[in-house]
Amino acid sequence: MPQRESAEQRRSSREDVVDEEVVHSAESAPAELDAEVDSILDEIDSVLEENAEDFVKSFVQKGGQ
Amino acid sequence: MSVHRVMGIETEYGITVPGHPTMNAMVSSSQIVNSYGQFVARGQRTKAHWDYDVESPLRDARGFDMTRADADPSQLTDEDTGMANVILTNGARLYVDHAHPEYSTPEVTNPRDAVLWDRAGVRVMERAMELAAQIPHAPPIVLYKNNTDNKGASYGCHENYLMQRATPFADIVRHLVPFFITRQVFTGSGRLGIGQDGRTSAFQLTQRADFFEVEVGLETTLKRPIINTRDEPHADPERFRRLHVIVGDANLSDKATYLKLGTTAIVLSMIEAGFPGTRDWWPARPVAEMHAVSHDPSLAHRIELADGGRLTALDIQRGIHEQAVAFCAREQAGPQDPMTIDVLDQWGRVLDALAADPSTLARELDWVAKRSLMEGYVRRDGLGWDSPRLQAIDLQYADIRREKGLAARLEQRGLLDRMFTDDEVERAMHQPPSDTRAYFRGECMRRYAESVAAASWDSVVFDVPGYDSLLRVPTLEPLRGTRSHVGDLLEDAPDVATLMERLGAQPPRRSGAAR
Repeated sequence: MPQRESAEQRRSSREDVVDEEVVHSAESAPAELDAEVDSILDEIDSVLEENAEDFVKSFVQKGGQ
Repeated sequence: MSVHRVMGIETEYGITVPGHPTMNAMVSSSQIVNSYGQFVARGQRTKAHWDYDVESPLRDARGFDMTRADADPSQLTDEDTGMANVILTNGARLYVDHAHPEYSTPEVTNPRDAVLWDRAGVRVMERAMELAAQIPHAPPIVLYKNNTDNKGASYGCHENYLMQRATPFADIVRHLVPFFITRQVFTGSGRLGIGQDGRTSAFQLTQRADFFEVEVGLETTLKRPIINTRDEPHADPERFRRLHVIVGDANLSDKATYLKLGTTAIVLSMIEAGFPGTRDWWPARPVAEMHAVSHDPSLAHRIELADGGRLTALDIQRGIHEQAVAFCAREQAGPQDPMTIDVLDQWGRVLDALAADPSTLARELDWVAKRSLMEGYVRRDGLGWDSPRLQAIDLQYADIRREKGLAARLEQRGLLDRMFTDDEVERAMHQPPSDTRAYFRGECMRRYAESVAAASWDSVVFDVPGYDSLLRVPTLEPLRGTRSHVGDLLEDAPDVATLMERLGAQPPRRSGAAR
């Protein structure tokens, strides 16, 4: 979890791409995050409703509070 | 000042019957509620209805009552429509409201317990779905913990907070409107679609923002107000009001729910103390700014204030957080309670992270988690933001089935933080909190369900053999009827008749409590 200091540091280094990468690598590097996301996407592919268009179209609710 | 006060969450779930788009949602919702009701009754005869005698949904916090003739029929929730209703042994209420199954948590005293009993509600709904699927010839029902169908309909997740009656309502409005508009940056569950019918394919922070049309009002189903004035305290009305908060999203993430209730409780205690801050953050156009903040996931939008200033939602949240920290330090000379400190710390940390790089909060905030999934699909499959596949992800994120729901899958992967184990949640499906009147209500349902004729937040009504009238036990004090108050009484009574006598009922075959 980012501490207050590291958040400040990151904010001030926003335009400095090199610095930003250094700070990022202290947590999760973007490439690592992408790999993590890709692996969850593969899992989600297997549970996602097969016909997305029909599924979305048929999701109709009555209004509530 | 603290996060501790009587509070609760009520959630209306989205409901579909796949393959049967014309199925009547009220019938399906009743199947959900009744299936669970029969399951918890385990073949026993139960007859507990909701006791509507003490509800007054048309009372307005501004000090006047609406007349029935002026009210839209959908506001008349206290007329028993014969709809399904179950009072659970954990003190919660499971029922049908406006064509949606709804779960109201038992009254709790802090945001952590609110998360636990809200999670228990998700499991109750999931179990109810499984049970309803066993009805012969009934097609399976699927429930969603979200707030819109993206076609113009919305349904709510309401928070309730008990407040001091002495606090002027105008103060509540003045300080809560800026807070509610800006807390969206961490309370949002994310939505693909802008406008009530989702006509523009873009991502926004919240499910609910576009459905709010006025600043202050009594309605909850039309012309929804940022501050709802419904004033049914379910407690001594001379001393308390119940603040009914309707602006929030239904959250899947524990942390989002925890922060939503924790930060709001802190702000309410500041308002009760006179909000010792100098800055007034009243927006020039509150409703338009609520929409604008939600529509800008970059968090760069500047809110135009009535005093001419222009600040981002994060600026205002940081200002309120700083005031809260200062207020807390001044208010409490001695050691502060750990949960208040934790909420203050996490609130500040989340604001810092949102300012630096929101994607670092993917395991804590729903909108960030949902958006990162969508961005993954955009990147991997080259999808456009108007793709039905992304809209399906928006909906399926909130599917409460553990094998199909995307938030549930993220949790199983350890990619979305949880605050409680499965065992803790399972226990909370059946056990009430020990420190509110929900303990008495829940324990009465567990021990004497066959003798409970009706119950509500502020009463339990018994039908005891031998008595020629029903016996109503009022529970108007939310912090009485706790385990320390009535635990021994319940434990020592061999049967319900003895319990009634020890609670002061006249002996049988004489007139009991008035009814």
